[in-house]
Amino acid sequence: MAMTIHVDIVSAEASIYSGLAEFVVVPAEMGEVGIYPRHAPMITRIKPGSVRIKAPDREEEDLIFVSGGILEVQPGVVTILSDTAIRGADLDEARALEAKRAAEEAMRDRSSAMDYAKAQAELAEAIAQLAAIQKLRKKGR
Amino acid sequence: MAAGKEIRTKIKSVENTRKITKAMEMVAASKMRRAQDRMKAARPYAEKIGRVVAHFSQAHSEYKHPCTIARETIKRVGLILITTDKGLCGGLNTNALRLAINKMKAWQGEGIDCDVTVIGNKGFGFMQRVGANIVSHLTGLGDTPHLEKLIGPVQVMTDAYKAGRIDALYMIYSRFINTMRQEPAFVQVLPLTPEAAMEKREEHWDYIYEPEARAVVDALMIRYIEAIIYQAVAENMACEQSARMVAMKAASDNAKNVIEELKLVYNKTRQAAITQELSEIVAGASAV
Repeated sequence: MAMTIHVDIVSAEASIYSGLAEFVVVPAEMGEVGIYPRHAPMITRIKPGSVRIKAPDREEEDLIFVSGGILEVQPGVVTILSDTAIRGADLDEARALEAKRAAEEAMRDRSSAMDYAKAQAELAEAIAQLAAIQKLRKKGR
Repeated sequence: MAAGKEIRTKIKSVENTRKITKAMEMVAASKMRRAQDRMKAARPYAEKIGRVVAHFSQAHSEYKHPCTIARETIKRVGLILITTDKGLCGGLNTNALRLAINKMKAWQGEGIDCDVTVIGNKGFGFMQRVGANIVSHLTGLGDTPHLEKLIGPVQVMTDAYKAGRIDALYMIYSRFINTMRQEPAFVQVLPLTPEAAMEKREEHWDYIYEPEARAVVDALMIRYIEAIIYQAVAENMACEQSARMVAMKAASDNAKNVIEELKLVYNKTRQAAITQELSEIVAGASAV
C-alpha cells in the first residue's frame, strides 16, 4: 500500500474535509504545490482555488474549493486553514477604519444614547423603589 | 364584585405574560440547539490553528512575531468584552459586566489605562454609561456569528498592540459549561500563549516559508486571534440562548404559580360574596 498523509481542511465556521491522501495539490501563493507524505515542514498562504486530494481508495481526485487561507505541512499532516471571508490587507484596513469610525461616532453621539440609557436606568430604579414601597405598605397593613 | 373583577383582569394579564414567556422559551430552545452546533463547528478550526501556532512556537524561526513577545511594563491594556445584543437572558450579561468592572477597577488601582472593544449591545450601553474608552464596537450580530464582521473591530485592537498603544489584550466572554450553567471567563489574548505543552522535539528544525516568514506568520497570527475571538462569540451566543431558555422557563413557572394563587383568592372572594348574598336573602325573607 502506498504511503499516506493526513489531510484536514477546516474553516472557522465548519470542518470541510478530514481524511487520508496519497498526495495533495494546493494553490499556494507562489504557485501550486504538490505534497507527498513526509514533505518537509512548510507554511504558506494560499490563493483562492481548488485543492486536489487523491484518496488512497479511490481512482479520481477530490476537488475542494478554498477561498484562500493558510497551508501548514508537517511530515505526516497537512492542515489547510480556509478563510470564510474575502480578505486582503486593504480590505482589512478598511474594515478596521470603519469599526473605529463607528465607535468614535457613537462616543460623540453619546449624549443621546447615554441620555436614553440613563433614563432607562433611572426608570428601572424608580420602578424597583415603587415595588419596594408597595411591599412595605402591604406588610404594614 | 368589584374586587372579583380586578382579580380577573389581573389573572388575564398574567396569563398573557405567561404566553409570551412560554413562546420565548420555545424559541430560545430551538435557537439554542443551532447555536450549540455552531459553537461545536467552530471548534476544529480553533484546534487546528492552535496546533499550527504551537508548532510554530516550537520551530527555531529567526523571525519572532511581536504578538508572541511579552512586554515588561504594562501601561495600557485592551479589553474585548463580549455580551449579547438582547436582554432577558438571566444574569448572563450582568455576570460578565461585573467581571469586566472588577478587572477595570483593579487596573485603575495599578495605574493602568484601559481601551475597550465591545461586542454586543448590552455591553456597549453599559460601557458608555460608565464612561470607558471605547475604541471600537460591534452590535447587531444576529443569531449567526460571522467572522467577516469581527475582522474590523479585532484589527483595531491588534493594530494598537503592534503600534505599542496597548501592551496586553484581554477578553471577557461567557463560557458555556452546560445548558444550565454559564460562567464569565477572563482570557489573555495578547501576548499569545499557545499551549506549548506538546512533545518537545529535540532536533533543530524550521518551516519553509513561502514567500517569507514575516508575511506568512502575520497572516497566521491574525487568523489565530480571530479564531479565538470567533469561538468566544459563538460560545457566547450558545450561552445567550440557553440562559434565555432557562430564564424564560423560570418566568413561565412563576407566572403559573401566580395564576394559581390569584385563582384561589378569586374563588374565595366569589364564595364569600355568594354566601353573603344568600344570608342577606335569607335574613330578608325571615324579616318579611
